[in-house]
Parts: sequence; C-alpha cells; structure tokens
Amino acid sequence: MAQNAILAEGLEKWYGKTHALRGLDLVAEEGTVLGVLGPNGAGKTTAVRILTTLLQPDGGRAEVAGLDVVKDAGLLRARIGLTGQYAAVDEYLTGYENLKMFGQLYHLPGSVARRRAEELIERFDLVEAAGRVVKTYSGGMRRRLDLAASLIMLPPVLFLDEPTTGLDPRGRIAMWEIISNLATDGTTVLLTTQYLEEADQLAHRIAVVDQGRVIANGTADDLKARIGGERLELTVAHRSDLEAALQAVLPYSSGEPQITTERRHLVVPVTHGAQLLTAVVRDLDAAQVRLEDLALRRPTLDDVFLTLTGHAATEETPEEIASDKQMIRSAR
Amino acid sequence: MNSTMTRTSTSLKPVSRPTFYWTLADALVMAKRNLKQIPRIPEELIFATIQPIMFVLLFSYVFGGAIQVHGISYVNYLMAGIFTQTVIFGATSTGIGLANDLQRGLVDRFRSLPMAKSAVLTGRTISDLVRNLFVVAVMWTVGLLVGFRPQGSLWAWIAATALLLLTSFAFSWISATIGLVARSVEAAQSAGFIWLFPLTFASSAFVPTQNMPAWLRAFADHQPVSLIVNAVRGLLLNQPDASTIWQAIAWCLGILAVFIPLAVLAYGRRTAR
Repeated sequence: MAQNAILAEGLEKWYGKTHALRGLDLVAEEGTVLGVLGPNGAGKTTAVRILTTLLQPDGGRAEVAGLDVVKDAGLLRARIGLTGQYAAVDEYLTGYENLKMFGQLYHLPGSVARRRAEELIERFDLVEAAGRVVKTYSGGMRRRLDLAASLIMLPPVLFLDEPTTGLDPRGRIAMWEIISNLATDGTTVLLTTQYLEEADQLAHRIAVVDQGRVIANGTADDLKARIGGERLELTVAHRSDLEAALQAVLPYSSGEPQITTERRHLVVPVTHGAQLLTAVVRDLDAAQVRLEDLALRRPTLDDVFLTLTGHAATEETPEEIASDKQMIRSAR
Repeated sequence: MNSTMTRTSTSLKPVSRPTFYWTLADALVMAKRNLKQIPRIPEELIFATIQPIMFVLLFSYVFGGAIQVHGISYVNYLMAGIFTQTVIFGATSTGIGLANDLQRGLVDRFRSLPMAKSAVLTGRTISDLVRNLFVVAVMWTVGLLVGFRPQGSLWAWIAATALLLLTSFAFSWISATIGLVARSVEAAQSAGFIWLFPLTFASSAFVPTQNMPAWLRAFADHQPVSLIVNAVRGLLLNQPDASTIWQAIAWCLGILAVFIPLAVLAYGRRTAR
C-alpha cells in the first residue's frame, strides 16, 4: 500500500471567536496531487499553514512526510516546500539573488547554492530575467520564481496555496504545466484552489472544503458524477420550436434533458460538449430551429457548492467574512 | 521547463554546523540582503540623509541666532543633538522593513525554512546599524561644512560615534517591536515616528533645558535622549562626564534587555497566526 505523504485528522482552529477549522481531515498518498477546493474563507489557507508548521492547530493532529507537524516541526521544514498566495520573494533582489539567498538559508554550501540557483533559473524559464530585480517581473514570472524557491531542496511534499490566483490565462497554463511535471516526477503536491477546472486538470483527488470541514472527497469524476458534468443551454425564438430543438440535440445528450416551456429554455447534459458544438449547431440549423441563445456551461465551484451544500460558494456568512479578514491579516 | 524539473546533478546536502554558527551566519545572510536593497531604493536613503541635513541648516541658520548657549558656538552645541536625533530617527526603518516583510509574505517563507529564527530580526537590526553608520558619516561632513569644530581627542570622537551606534542599535529593537505589532506598513511608519518627536525635542538636543518650565525640565533632564545627547556632546567638546556616559550606556543596554525579548515575542506571536 502506498504511504500517506499528508495526513490530517480532525484539525481544529479558532481565531478568537471564529471557528476556522472544524475537524478537517485530509489524506494524500505519496506522489499524488491533492486538490483542496473551496471558496474564500473556507479554511484552505489555515489548513496549509498548519501543515507547513506556520500555525499550531487547536485540536486534531497532522503528519507530513511521516513527521508530526507540531512535534517534528523543525525536521519537517527541511522536507517541505511552500508557495503561498503572495509571491514571497524579495522585490529588490534579482531572481538569481533570491534563489541564492534561499539556498544559503537552507544551509547549502555557497557554491552549491549558486549552482542550484542557476539550475532552477534555467528550468523555470527565467534566464533572461535572472539579473533583473523582481519588481520588474510579471505576475507569472514571480510565481515561477516563488515556486523555484520552494523547490531548492527537492522537497518530497509541496504545498501550493492558490498558485494561479491573479495570473493571466497564459501564466495559469504555464503554471499548470509545471505542477503536472512535478507530480510526474513523484512530488506529492497539495494544491488549494477556487477553480474546479484547475483541480480537475491537476489533482488526482479533490477535497471540497466549506466552513472549515471537508464536505466531499473523491476523484474529479466522482465529484462530477455527483454534480453533473457540462450542459448545453438553449433558448429558442419560438415556443413551437422547442420540440424540434429537443429532437435535434437528443442524440448528443448524456442524460435527461430539462425543458422550461414558458422560458423557451432547454438544458441538455453532455460530455465533451466543445467537440459536439459544431455538430449540434448544424443539426439545429438543419431542423430550422431559430435560436435566441446557445451556451455550453461547465460546472463551476458555485455548482459544486449549490449541489453539495445548498448554498452558493460566493455567499458569505458574516462568520466567513470575519475569518477571511483574519487570514488576510495573518498573511501579512 | 521540462519533466526533469525536480532532478539535479547537484548534491543538496546542507552543511552541518553548531547552532550558534547558524545564528550568526543566517543573520549575516539577512543583513546582506537588506544592505543590497539600499542602493536599489535610493530615494529612501536620500530622504533619510536629507532630513537631518535640513535640521542642521534649519537650526544653525534659522533658529540658531535666537538660541543662546553659554560659552560655545551654537553649531558646536547643536551637532551632538543632530547626531543623536539622526540615529534615533534612522532606527525607525527597522520596524518599517519588518512590517514590509510581513505584509509581502516573506516572513512566512523565512519561517518555513530551517534557518535560525532570530536571523530575520538580528539581520535587520545589523543592516540598519550599517545604514546609520553611513548617515552619521554624512552628518559629520555636513557638520564640518557648517562650522562644527569638535574638540578633544580622536579617541573621544570615536567613542562618541560608538555610543551613537549603540543608541541606533537599541532604538532599532524598539522600532522592530512596533513594526511587528503594527497592522500595516503605514501604521508601522506613523507609530514608529510619532513618539520620537516629544522625546527628541523635549530634550537637550537642540536647546539648553534651563529655560524650559520646571515640570518639562524635570522630564527633559532625565530622559534617555538627553543623557545620550549630553554624553555625546561632552565627548565631542572635550568635557566628557563619566557619570553621564555610563547612564547613557545603561539606558541603551536596558532598552536592549527589554526590547530584544519583546521583539522576539512579537515575532513569534505575529507569525503564529
């Protein structure tokens, strides 16, 4: 049986009167990517901070790489890497100087710290920028440098707290590629995210977190099976066209279509919707259906939450707002 | 970027040394990092230097004529006050720098490294000491240009400079504590400065305390800034007073004894969130 690289059981954390973690459990097998999915204030960052020894839990226990996060904190720090929501690199040092400094603080000999910095700069596509101060970097470059700094010692377990938040699509895709390469190389990765798509792309298993506890757990497919996958949403121009439209799209449907006659609205569950789209449009056209609107929708975090909790992810209770602020403050 | 990202030809074995070695070595790495930043944010150092120069010019040319000092020229009287004020104001950069590191998440990274915990604080106070040494050197030059003529021996002047650096180091730790407790960089900035105004102006730094109201004079004569200013002034003007010098040193050591543990405590608390 594969060993667990990350194991958290019943983690509890209070910030004053805010109950940030309410018995959180997480498991990640060695060499896998665990996606922790949840809205702002769900407790993702708190969990990461406990697992990376930055914060002590008020209850429960956790082991990372076989070491207790409280008792063996000192030993553990040499075996983990952390990239937080803010690129924690020095703005006024160059990329190279940053990596060299962190290498020295890991107590590598000077020559090794220098060589390792050069190596990482090359691997993270930062050669041209290596001699410039980080202040001049784009968001994507900063994150890459930040991640490179986390990888100086080749940690067997890596924590990425919302690694793509605030990145443009190009930066996001580059980051995804790096993360999946790391996983291929055998690094265990815990990744927090607000994007279902990101967890879907990268994670072997996903834990959905809400209000300090895990509310669902499984592979991306498990979750999708629970919330439903993609769906085509059509609005036809005339109510009389609804039946023809239904007949046209039925062959592509992967489940029971839903019709709202008053709104001339049709929802059809599909798989691989993007590939079908052209054919669907052609068939609708052939059936002479006049469309007012046609959209392919993927389930979002909101859908996940609506399905699993009955409330939307973006809906914040006063408590969640409070714990959010706590985390912003603590991140400073 | 390729799939061998996590492989390396380099052996990544940390050096094994006793704890006290790393306490010092890590602090020096951090101090070096802070010193590297200085020429890259030139405006900060320029303002830190221009401000005391303005005080020199303001006091020696604008207020100077109206201030009577017994027996010596006002510039000779003034410079000890300016030196002291400069290092105390300069020490506020410690707290601002730490608040910045906290806000940017850098402290989190440092704390997740197997480095000496104290290094973030000691590195910062050491680099600010070096920075202050530079500013003091500039102030010596400016002073000499506006007519400051120290008396006594070179050793006394070196002793005065050493006392100023001890003062700078001590006040850096107060500033560090404020910076770690403050909720933002802006708060660290104002909170670090505001209390220094009464302390430096209600002192013997710029005017003799004899003409102050009795209650204010009671405060001004006994507070640490006055004692430090008087000790420095004595050393620069060939009238050293051993008792004043020892009291000034005692104040600095006392501040260090209280604020080093306080800053360490605040550092632990602040990042334990």
